[in-house]
Amino acid sequence: MTSVQTQPIQQGNEELISGSEAIAIACSLADVDVITAYPIRPYDTVMQYVSKLKADGIFDCDFIVAESEHSQFEIVKHASAVGARTFCGSSGVGWFYAFEAITVTAGLRLPVVAMVGNRALDDPGAFGVEHNDALAVRDLGWMLYWVATAQEALDVALMAWRIAEDPRVFLPFAVSCDGSFLTHSQAIVNVPTQEQVNRFLPPYDRGKLQLHPDNPITIAPQVNEDWLMEIRRQTDEAMQRTAGVIKEVYADFKAEFGRGDPSPFIEEFMTEDAEIILVGMGTLALPTRVAIRRMREEGKKVGFVRVKFFRPFPDEELRETLGNCKAVCVIDRDYSYGSPAFGGVLFHEIRSSLYPLEKRPHVMNFIAGLGGREVRVRDVNQIADAGRKAIDTGKIEQETTWIAVRE
Amino acid sequence: MSTIAVEVIYRGIFQKTLARNIVRSIVFAARKEGKIGTAFGRYGDSPERNGIPAKQFAIVADNPEELEESMAVYEASEVDVTINVDDTLCKGLESWAWYGLQPINELTKPNGTLIVTSRQTADALVEDIHQKDAPYDLAIVPSTVSFSGLWVYKDDHTDVRLLGALCRVCPQLVSLASMLEVIKDTWDDEVKVASAQRTHDRIATRTVEPGEGNTETPFSFDLPGWTKMEEGLVIRGIEQGGGFRGGEEGYEPIRNSVFKKWSTRSMRPVINFETCIKCTLCWLQCPDTCFDITPDGLYDANMESCCGCGVCEAVCPVPECVTMVSEADFNDNNSQWEMWQKDKDGYNTWMTGLVEKQKSETRTHGYHHLGGYPEQVAATEDD
Repeated sequence: MTSVQTQPIQQGNEELISGSEAIAIACSLADVDVITAYPIRPYDTVMQYVSKLKADGIFDCDFIVAESEHSQFEIVKHASAVGARTFCGSSGVGWFYAFEAITVTAGLRLPVVAMVGNRALDDPGAFGVEHNDALAVRDLGWMLYWVATAQEALDVALMAWRIAEDPRVFLPFAVSCDGSFLTHSQAIVNVPTQEQVNRFLPPYDRGKLQLHPDNPITIAPQVNEDWLMEIRRQTDEAMQRTAGVIKEVYADFKAEFGRGDPSPFIEEFMTEDAEIILVGMGTLALPTRVAIRRMREEGKKVGFVRVKFFRPFPDEELRETLGNCKAVCVIDRDYSYGSPAFGGVLFHEIRSSLYPLEKRPHVMNFIAGLGGREVRVRDVNQIADAGRKAIDTGKIEQETTWIAVRE
Repeated sequence: MSTIAVEVIYRGIFQKTLARNIVRSIVFAARKEGKIGTAFGRYGDSPERNGIPAKQFAIVADNPEELEESMAVYEASEVDVTINVDDTLCKGLESWAWYGLQPINELTKPNGTLIVTSRQTADALVEDIHQKDAPYDLAIVPSTVSFSGLWVYKDDHTDVRLLGALCRVCPQLVSLASMLEVIKDTWDDEVKVASAQRTHDRIATRTVEPGEGNTETPFSFDLPGWTKMEEGLVIRGIEQGGGFRGGEEGYEPIRNSVFKKWSTRSMRPVINFETCIKCTLCWLQCPDTCFDITPDGLYDANMESCCGCGVCEAVCPVPECVTMVSEADFNDNNSQWEMWQKDKDGYNTWMTGLVEKQKSETRTHGYHHLGGYPEQVAATEDD
């Protein structure tokens, strides 16, 4: 029931920083070797702060401003192969421009950590948050996490290198941060000490996979049909191993830093006796929690699950939590044109995940907050009311509903 | 619930650091008292444009749960205190990112406070500020427009003076003692601490009653629904045509009907129609095509389009034919040429008066006036 942001904030090494600044500080604490950058809003707030830390002499790294996102991601991919700890990031169509490099990074099992400042995909040009940009890597072998606060951005970034660089994993990790609400809003963040981080995060050791003159190897070959399925299956196995590694790392993180939810994969809010459970990702958790607290005061049995890890997808946790309620209302800050029920990506995953349950709840979809439109308390109420109606009538009137869209 | 919100309204880029210093100090001071807070700029203003109205917010609450309601938003739903660091913005704000004029006090709560840095009187400011249904207080911190925090501009203590004033008008936010501590921590400058204390002690407020102020309905724009919008992201262009004020000789192009620039400018040009040699340079060089050609071949700056950049003044070859003067001296956007037509002597006297006044006063907005800065610093030092 606890969450990162509702714990009392300790006095001490506090900073008033944005989620982007928190990730830049995490880069410094993790002593990242190579950082590449190419400006696009809202991700660029990270590169601005990294370059400031470097210019101020606080943080020493190779900071390379590439000529495009494609090169930006290519450079960290290569740096990671030779054993450098790496960080980069992008937003919206910038992330898409890097896509060739993004997919080969996972294929080569290189533990690059990237920040995605979630932004609506062009056209129309828009700066606001939408999750379709980061979601596009869902099938590629990247781990994918959505944060809700600046504190969580810092914490998850630190965990990201540890998880990604674990030899059982060696897969890239994307930390998704909602544009504006995380990238441009300053909150009080507890910044851990260097000693704490050093205890938690060992150096990156690529072992015998390291590209180095002393270790003559070739990587990235061309293959034919004799090879590819086995390679895919290897990557699949690595992704299947991530859940165990994440649990270990999360336990260590909580022991060292003293904060974190019970589960690394999902955040549960007032779900225990809930008949209706709303599900969503990122900062829409904030207005949703506010609305649910009020609904609870009115005696309504409503809860909320925030999906933190989208990859690996927390099947087990979601089945356990959502399997006991009567209606699941999935809020998507993304959309999949022409998909089943003309719905959102998270909705499809949740509905698919719950299908094997013997007693399935109603699963409904709500498209909200696209292009950065604020998700408001009244929107959340409307969504919960639709869930209530489905329970009372025993049927779903409309599978997918667009919230707060002007007709 | 005891969430307290403060907004700072400022001119983009030029006053960004000033606004940031204010909102961050508020959160730090609240933190000293065990509260929690957030500070953020209005995302739609970013990336900021030079001089375009922008907002930053500081919101503090007793605990993280209460604060949650004020996070993941672009603007607070209402604010206890509005701080305006450029008095020409009392006429309202229009962001570059959307249409419509937002009154300066739109978010100010009933019985809340509007603090303005200004050399004008309260009555003069109230004339510009849109009326509200509920009373609020107006406090003036005497000052020219501050660029404190912008590159080499002098630190004139505007940030801490406003913080001192804030603690006086909104004591429930944070105590002056906590604020002075933050000022000491941040700048390590006893003079700045003294400035905050002094403004705190001296600031006076005047209640603005419901209905008092500018009675105009602020320009607004209804956003269409998805069923009403043209498909394919098509935006219809402004059609060609026009004449002068409905068909006479001369030319006033058909202009954008939804995007006005009334609050973009902090200065506007006044034209001496007697000395104009009709060289066309202002008309050619204006980046916003704001000059209408009158039937007698003169150039009339149309205030629906002027963003106050001052290019016309810079390119005009005739001394004092085009002069940028303070926007604060105007209460309307009427045509100067029409005013001149009606009463030439009256117009000339009024216009010359404004030009002379501008000479003898500190330029209110140095960014339009190369070379204005040393005078501005000198004037501040004399205070």
